[in-house]
Amino acid sequence: MIQTSNLSKHYGDLVAVDAISFTVEPGQVLGFLGPNGAGKSTTMKMIAGFLTPSAGTATVCGFDVEKEPMKARRVMGYLPEGAPAWGEMTVLEYLGFIADIRGLKGAERAKRLREVGERLHLDGVIEQPIDTLSKGFKRRVGIAQAILHDPQVLVLDEPTDGLDPNQKHEVRALINAMARDKTIIVSTHILEEVHAVCTRAIVIAGGKVLADATPTELEARSRYHGAVSLSTLQPSHAQAALAQVADVASVEIDPQDGRITAFPKPGRDIFVAVSDALKVHNVTVHELALEAGRLDEVFRAITHPAIVEGRA
Amino acid sequence: MSAVGTLFKRELRSYFATPVAYVFIVIFLILAGAFTFYLGEFFERGQADLQSFFNFHPWLYLFLVPAVSMRLWAEERKSGTIELLLTLPVTLWQAVLAKFLAAWTFVGIALLLTFPIWITVNYLGDPDNGVIIASYLGSMLMAGAFLAIGSCLSAATRNQVIAFILTVVVCFLFLLAGYPLVLNAVSTVLPQGVVDAVAGLSFLSHFASISKGVIDLRDLLYFLLMIGFWLYASVLVIELKKAD
Repeated sequence: MIQTSNLSKHYGDLVAVDAISFTVEPGQVLGFLGPNGAGKSTTMKMIAGFLTPSAGTATVCGFDVEKEPMKARRVMGYLPEGAPAWGEMTVLEYLGFIADIRGLKGAERAKRLREVGERLHLDGVIEQPIDTLSKGFKRRVGIAQAILHDPQVLVLDEPTDGLDPNQKHEVRALINAMARDKTIIVSTHILEEVHAVCTRAIVIAGGKVLADATPTELEARSRYHGAVSLSTLQPSHAQAALAQVADVASVEIDPQDGRITAFPKPGRDIFVAVSDALKVHNVTVHELALEAGRLDEVFRAITHPAIVEGRA
Repeated sequence: MSAVGTLFKRELRSYFATPVAYVFIVIFLILAGAFTFYLGEFFERGQADLQSFFNFHPWLYLFLVPAVSMRLWAEERKSGTIELLLTLPVTLWQAVLAKFLAAWTFVGIALLLTFPIWITVNYLGDPDNGVIIASYLGSMLMAGAFLAIGSCLSAATRNQVIAFILTVVVCFLFLLAGYPLVLNAVSTVLPQGVVDAVAGLSFLSHFASISKGVIDLRDLLYFLLMIGFWLYASVLVIELKKAD
């Protein structure tokens, strides 16, 4: 379990993190979202015990990170931003060092080293100096380091940054597989990731928590939530048909790909009505979709309301 | 193994993982030999002792030890591994101590490899080996004090070149603390009591008395306190500047 209470970090007059409070329970994967410089990494650094909070507290499995730092660090695995590692060491030397410093011994040590090597597909590079590895491998070595001692709590700062789509998929699968009994915090600015791995998302900007909800709840805040979009070769017919559906509030056409989106009146369900209306008017549609909501739009609306209003 | 032991092992190995260690050792041995035989006139003196060898150690260390110490923390900070290191279950003190001990051991290895000169002087004459051992001990302690200063100044910056230059300057001041260059400057602004205290901080005078074969507790204590003080300062500086 991770608990923060009014966690703050000031640099002189600059407030990097402003009284953030949240609790993450075992089994939850918390996604930390926010623009660059929002305070995500600073918050994670304080939880990991690298930075000392200016005010407030953070506890990991009941251990205050300031008062009982060693106990807190033992139950936690941490991947710092950019996955730093000592480049002159080989992967095996590096993971061996982490195992030693984490107090793993004998058969348990060998077993854990083998397991993380397999899970993160490091076997082919195990004898290579880390400096010679590609960015994707370096990131995986960083993740291997964090999960080596099978910690109850994982704090991963941008674990999929720099990975190709296949590797991203694997890392997400790994996080999902570990999520069942662990407490995990993941920071990211890739929004698709939120749906793929997180059970809950916190959006922070300017050091403040602006939203704390499940990914689905966040999507429901989108103006696209419940909207119906379609593509057709007869846009004018389609528009005419949509205009006759009572619950449709407005219709928009994407200037780039010509996709038509019908927005419902608040709280109304328009999918069936829209599809019926299209049939009645004999409009041929290639595709018709119910929108769940667009996270990127919600993200912008939360972190930068002025921009979205200006465009709308 | 304890955390300090594990970290120490990693650090010491990292010296030998790159050519840095070998370059350092070779240069150290060449310079030590050149100083002894040419500047120190080892043969011309006709004395069966290693004075001409040890006399140049302070000056040799002045430039070579900062080259070892400059990377201690500056590199960790630059590559971001400082964040990794200080979120592992090790205290800051353990990390500072382990890194210092590894660097000290490394310099110690270089110093041990000067043993042919000791064999030479024993072959040529009949030196007082007690004095030679005391001189090696004094030399080692002085290297430790240089390294501790370097550790602190390396922690203050992420730029290794700055760490190197700062360390050379501070070490130079400590070397010459008992000499007019420093004392005259100090005495123009500070009272006599402080001037005397500064004079007592000189590396050269403490090293000189140990290398005469007189192992005075005060000289040993001086170097050990110096090391302790600068390592403590390293911890404070790292704590203060972690966020940068």
